[in-house]
Amino acid sequence: MYTQAMSVGPQDVAAKVKSAEDAAREAAFEARIDAGDFIEAKDWMPEHYRKTLVRQISQHAHSEIVGMLPEGNWISRAPTLKRKAILLAKVQDEGGHGLYLYSAAETLGTSRDQMLDALHSGKAKYSSIFNYPTLTWADIGVVGWLVDGAAIMNQVPLCRCSFAPYARAMIRVCREESFHQRQGYESLLVMMREGTAEQKAMVQDAVNRWWWPSLMMFGPADKDSPNSEQSMRWGIKRISNDQLRQKFVDATVPQAQILGITLPDPDLKWNEERGEHDFGAIDWAEFWRVVGGDGPCNRERLATRVKAWDDGAWVREAALAHARKHMNKEQAA
Amino acid sequence: MSSINKEWPLWEVFVRSKAGLDHKHCGSLHAPDAKMAVQMAREVYTRRQEGCSIWVVLSSQIVASDPGEKGMYFDPAEDKVYRHPTFYQLPDAINHM
Repeated sequence: MYTQAMSVGPQDVAAKVKSAEDAAREAAFEARIDAGDFIEAKDWMPEHYRKTLVRQISQHAHSEIVGMLPEGNWISRAPTLKRKAILLAKVQDEGGHGLYLYSAAETLGTSRDQMLDALHSGKAKYSSIFNYPTLTWADIGVVGWLVDGAAIMNQVPLCRCSFAPYARAMIRVCREESFHQRQGYESLLVMMREGTAEQKAMVQDAVNRWWWPSLMMFGPADKDSPNSEQSMRWGIKRISNDQLRQKFVDATVPQAQILGITLPDPDLKWNEERGEHDFGAIDWAEFWRVVGGDGPCNRERLATRVKAWDDGAWVREAALAHARKHMNKEQAA
Repeated sequence: MSSINKEWPLWEVFVRSKAGLDHKHCGSLHAPDAKMAVQMAREVYTRRQEGCSIWVVLSSQIVASDPGEKGMYFDPAEDKVYRHPTFYQLPDAINHM
């Protein structure tokens, strides 16, 4: 019923004529939102609220799944068994996060296969960050520190999202995500404190490449974010893109100092007056290019997912056929 | 869409924590059969010692109350205060009844 949700923008529903009954329901819904109520899957909700959530939660789920690829790239090459075991555990967590999120989205009336179909056909998006390559081992630590750090900054407010199944999923995700961030930071700390000059240079190089893409994870500037206003009003989003980005910068600068690395932004400095850091302009042309499908790894990432899905079709069917056979046997017995 | 028919069914997962008295709903997952559902629930929902017992049930087997009837359904609880032990005042001399 909601298959078209991902391909349509937020403007499509407003134009439709509402019946008096719908208007009354919508008023009651708005009142619940204003009162800080949480919305459950079986509650009435405006069609546009449902669509926005399906879009946001499914894209979040897709990000977890596609996000397994850049890190998975280093599993077989992790430098020690300990780091390899940690990385495996982390990638397993990401798979789990995808699962929680697909489940949360399914309560809205879509199905996981429909959502995956939207991903595979390029209709649904995933986080722009996963279109960047992991070129060295240090990238894995930096992804943990910066990328998971940005994700946590984004996701903690979502634990209070007005749609309860999403909020509940986020609570689980955030708990596990903080393991990822801490282990990433710790692995960099080891390299920076005990490492050779080459290892330190490798960390700095990774930070140089991931810093700006991490800042882009918070999405377009508030003035260019068409979905934000409605999402804020509906309690789907609690803090704006720019505010979250600022919080992330302020939290990250001291962490970089402790590591002993520099952040690749000549305009980055503390602003006494604002009590926040000033930072340089984001390359929005690059952001839109990556979101539009033309980043460094977009094609490779999507092709990998589609191949896994297509090549795995016979295994999924075998499992289902096996399950049916045994169900029939049980019923016959 | 033919791929939809091939979708593994959805299961709801309930986990009882080590010290827990009851199984708590903790999420859902897709699995071809009950055995796989339990296996996957173990992998997904109990990686950090969250529990020691798992129940899975097909989502299609669950019947839920109607949120539209919430008022009618649960209201009587409020005007029958005599159902609660705290409603009854007893002399101070009587402890722990």
